[in-house]
Amino acid sequence: MNIVVCVKQVPDTESPRKLKSDDNTLDRAAADGVINELDEYAIEEALLLKEAHGGEVTVLTMGPDKATDSIRKALAMGADKAVHLVDDALAGSDALGTSYAIQQVLGRTGFDLVILGAESTDARTGMLAAMLAERLGVPQLSLANKVEIDGSSITVQRITDYGYDKVEASLPAVVSVVEKINEPRYPSFKGIMAAKKKPVEKLGVADAGIDADKVGLAGAATEVVDFADAPPREKGQIVTDEGDGGAKIAEFLASKKFV
Amino acid sequence: MIDFTLSEEHRELRGSVERFAREVVAPVIGDLYERGEFPYEIVAQMGKMGLFGLPFPEEYGGMGGDYFALCLALEELARVDSSVAITLEAGVSLGAMPIYRFGSPEQRRRWLPALCSGERLAAFGLTEPGGGSDVPGGMRTTARLEDGHWVINGSKSFITNSGTDITAFTTVTALTGEKEISTILVPNGTPGFTVGRKYSKVGWSASDTRELSLHDVRVPEENLVGERGRGYAQFLRILDEGRIAIAALSVGLAQGCVDECLRYVREREAFGRAIGEYQAIQFKVADMEVRAHTARLAYYAAAARMLAGEPFKKEAAIAKLVASNAAMDNARDATQIFGGYGFMNEYAVGRFYRDAKILEVGEGTSEVQRMLIARSLGLSSH
Ligand SMILES: Cc1cc2nc3c(=O)[nH]c(=O)nc-3n(C[C@H](O)[C@H](O)[C@H](O)COP(=O)(O)OP(=O)(O)OC[C@H]3O[C@@H](n4cnc5c(N)ncnc54)[C@H](O)[C@@H]3O)c2cc1C
Repeated sequence: MNIVVCVKQVPDTESPRKLKSDDNTLDRAAADGVINELDEYAIEEALLLKEAHGGEVTVLTMGPDKATDSIRKALAMGADKAVHLVDDALAGSDALGTSYAIQQVLGRTGFDLVILGAESTDARTGMLAAMLAERLGVPQLSLANKVEIDGSSITVQRITDYGYDKVEASLPAVVSVVEKINEPRYPSFKGIMAAKKKPVEKLGVADAGIDADKVGLAGAATEVVDFADAPPREKGQIVTDEGDGGAKIAEFLASKKFV
Repeated sequence: MIDFTLSEEHRELRGSVERFAREVVAPVIGDLYERGEFPYEIVAQMGKMGLFGLPFPEEYGGMGGDYFALCLALEELARVDSSVAITLEAGVSLGAMPIYRFGSPEQRRRWLPALCSGERLAAFGLTEPGGGSDVPGGMRTTARLEDGHWVINGSKSFITNSGTDITAFTTVTALTGEKEISTILVPNGTPGFTVGRKYSKVGWSASDTRELSLHDVRVPEENLVGERGRGYAQFLRILDEGRIAIAALSVGLAQGCVDECLRYVREREAFGRAIGEYQAIQFKVADMEVRAHTARLAYYAAAARMLAGEPFKKEAAIAKLVASNAAMDNARDATQIFGGYGFMNEYAVGRFYRDAKILEVGEGTSEVQRMLIARSLGLSSH
């Protein structure tokens, strides 16, 4: 099975994150880059599927040169090879442009299954999987917390507010995963050393057959018009129970329209 | 010429272990420590990560790394907790290493894969009730050959990892003749081999330390590890290396003290200011950082010599001495900075304080390190 995992490098959520004032895009140079948290679960799931069914796991990353660190980490966890789409023309791409660019690369690598994290911690649009499936014309199985493959059919448990749905489709398909799905492994030293020897193909926009007009800040269909710092968190309200604690909590919830 | 820049692989390994310690060890170790419970689940995960196989070749299930990689892992673990770190240190450099260095091909094949994967642990039984610094002088344990079997009698004190549910064996040093010391592998469960109760310890409370007694214990002749009569040279080699590992562990504890204090001094206020704004506190933290840094350089230097195949006895002794002092001093300063909270077990620095003392004792006391350093300078004793 040919599994492709989309891995994004994002600014570490532990460090302060900023937008750049000149073009309202994320200042990626200012923060330490790490693998998007949910993508680690996507990588782990790909590795588990490979261990169970055989095949090959390819990491696909679109991002600046610095994203090499995240690619190496994914390879150290056990992925077999990587494709790194890196080009200045891609900077500032929105979800629509990104899904187009990734579609083009997937056209070259081929795939039976594409696995993504359900959202990234930086933009948090959570749209990429859906857009990608639509562009590729294959089923999308979203928010999976369990994946099973049987021959050419795939079944996932999709988490919902009320429990989970069981969703079935046939391969090839796109799956987005949530963090309940597994426990990502820590790279071993053997994995770290092996990662150095694994192939990483670097592609520019032209190599991947991407129309440069459809990507990057200029090609984006969305625009960040303005931004402001998040307001500091307000102090919580403490309810002292003087026999009427329950009523006071109900009042509070009602005032916030929770009940 | 002088280069202590880490290779990319070493840097990534350190990062990986740093994260493991923070995410997996830190949240649960306080409770295990307080209850004196061995961290089985953490050990299993460390096994999966390959930490127990770090310095061993892949043909035995190892990671194909080097001893320095082990040291880096120990440092990062000890920044968060020393019980976990010593379990790894003793498992690898005292438990598995004698089999790798001196064992027969058959012994290596039989034992190393399970040890490298962390599924089993091994222990090193050298110290006896009669003395740890003067091993030959204090040794009372004997082994004699009797129809193809070693018959062993004696006892061992303070043996790390010897009594866990996953302990496979202890390598026991014993007198096999007049002034002749040999090393013999004794599997757990062998009749006559009694693993005593856990000691109640001042620190390292989540690690396993026990007294062992051997009463007419019979093991096959081929359980001899290496050559007969080479026991003394063998444990000297193991302890020389082990001192670099203990130095790395000590540096981790010293650095962990700095980490904790940096957080605390920014939050804790006294007399209207964060205590970190007082120079008296800043200087203390600066001194702590200096100790951790210089001790790290000392163990890097010793490891560099060891890996280059050069003599490293003196450097290892210096590293162990400097680093254990750094750990002890930093633990004292860190608990002072934490005030009353530093005396509470729920704070990591309290644990660091209790864990620091043994570093000046285990794998050669500070006095023994000074003896080794003086001897290497050509000063002979009596
Ligand atoms: C938690 C723990 C875990 C351990 N794990 C292991 C293990 O896995 N395997 C193992 O074999 N051992 C282990 N040990 C034993 C440890 O290595 C010894 O305790 C240590 O070597 C000191 O030996 P001793 O306790 O017999 O002290 P002694 O040798 O009796 O020393 C007592 C004091 O005298 C000093 N002294 C001795 N000789 C001289 C001298 N010539 N000049 C000046 N001062 C001197 C010492 O420095 C020390 O201060 C462990 C100990 C502990 C506490």
